[in-house]
Amino acid sequence: MNIFDIMGPIMVGPSSSHTAGAARIGYVSRQLLGEDLKKAEILLHGSFAKTGKGHGTDKAIVAGLMGMMPDDERIPDSFDIAKSQGIELSVGEALLKTEYANACLLNLESVNGRSLSIMAASLGGGRISIEQIDGIDTHFSGDYPTLIVHNLDQPGHVAEVTSTLAHKSVNIATLNLYRDKRGGYAVMIVETDQDIPETAIKWIEHLEGVIKVTYINIEKQKEA
Amino acid sequence: MAYTSIVELIDNCTDVEELIDRIIANDANERGISCEASFEQMKVLWEAMLASVNNYDGSLKSNSGLSGGDAKKYEDFRRNGGGVVGDLLANLITNALKVSESNACMKRIVAAPTAGSCGVIPAVLITLYNHRKANLASFQPSLIKDENVSKDDYNFTLDDKIVRSLYLAAAVGEVIAYRASIAGAEGGCQAEIGAASSMAACAFAYLNAGNIKQIMHAGALSLKALLGLACDPVGGYVEVPCIKRNVTGAANAVTSAELALAGIESRIPFDEVIDAMGEIGRKMDISLRETSTGGLAMTPTGRQYLPKQD
Repeated sequence: MNIFDIMGPIMVGPSSSHTAGAARIGYVSRQLLGEDLKKAEILLHGSFAKTGKGHGTDKAIVAGLMGMMPDDERIPDSFDIAKSQGIELSVGEALLKTEYANACLLNLESVNGRSLSIMAASLGGGRISIEQIDGIDTHFSGDYPTLIVHNLDQPGHVAEVTSTLAHKSVNIATLNLYRDKRGGYAVMIVETDQDIPETAIKWIEHLEGVIKVTYINIEKQKEA
Repeated sequence: MAYTSIVELIDNCTDVEELIDRIIANDANERGISCEASFEQMKVLWEAMLASVNNYDGSLKSNSGLSGGDAKKYEDFRRNGGGVVGDLLANLITNALKVSESNACMKRIVAAPTAGSCGVIPAVLITLYNHRKANLASFQPSLIKDENVSKDDYNFTLDDKIVRSLYLAAAVGEVIAYRASIAGAEGGCQAEIGAASSMAACAFAYLNAGNIKQIMHAGALSLKALLGLACDPVGGYVEVPCIKRNVTGAANAVTSAELALAGIESRIPFDEVIDAMGEIGRKMDISLRETSTGGLAMTPTGRQYLPKQD
């Protein structure tokens, strides 16, 4: 906790969990998709489903999916903006398997046909957790530069990724591993203290056994 | 590292400007940035607070239809000669309503410390700021009687002084968050409006030349006044009673600071008041902690605004 966890953030109201958190979920999801949005199915769970409409939760998620930050004053008009950009939207409800009261499942499709399914939760105070990507547990916040490596569950991938980061003087803050089954599909979530250079990401992408690499750095996005 | 007590925060400091310098330096150190960068970041929050008042639109209604337009109504009432309170309190009421209504109507605000309590600190600071600007002559450092307060302290510009007060308020808020809570779901409304009011009281006492002791008594007195406040939002929306409670929190901050500036003290030390708030929060029934299953939300009228169940 620091001073600016108490004072701030600057956000569009009315609720840090139902509005700011929802916009952030959309924003991080857009970064994970890596391409402009074509189509989104938004399924709201728990309190998001119950009081989401009054809190503009749906509008905030859609705004985030178009790259708007939680303080973007266009959030209330996000549906109209999405419509003008030809984005197809559907909003519904779902009972998700999560311990959190505020959660949603986003089924996304990009303009280039890339699809991504994300389950995320709003934890309060505008903080979020990406709980699942394509059905695999992830649990990360997007607060740090985050590298997500999808790979085959075989020896050596953690060493390859961590040594690549070490070469670039990138310090690892947290490292989590998930897999669907032994020898199956694995996901590595690496949160770091420094921005990861593109050359390192490209290097990891070309390693044998690595299926997909996604990298997000929200602080850097904000500056850009 | 977060401040864990008011005693630790003050730590034998007698000069409030030195205390604030320390808070800024700690933040910079913790996040690996310069003091200037930290200060610029806080300045952005202050500017956003000012904008949240200036961008108020009295014609807006919230999504739920429960709120909007009250600040305009009050301003019109005052403009037409209505009301009994003085200008400072009147402007406090207006500004608290403006920010809180803007929040309900999906406009940009600063969570301070939360969105539900976003009107309290801006109302107190912006009202004081506007009064000072309108009548700078009345702000004379020579009037300061306390020998512990250095005359050099007033070399800051008014804007810088306000930004510095935000650090003080935030550090106090950090102690409240650590020892008790600043989430309605954990501690009820006392944790949101109560915490905001306490933080605002400290800032207000500081901006009116209070010394550290007086500032902390202001914080203690204002939090004490709101202990036990339930979080029972009608329909689950951050609107009823939240918006008008921002007015209460702002006014309470000013009256508490006024008491403290006169040398009136809280019999219970600030840390112990905060601990009491935490204890009350834990003992509070879950129906009164932001679940909208008790209190105002469950009154016959309140029930009408509950979202439809399937």
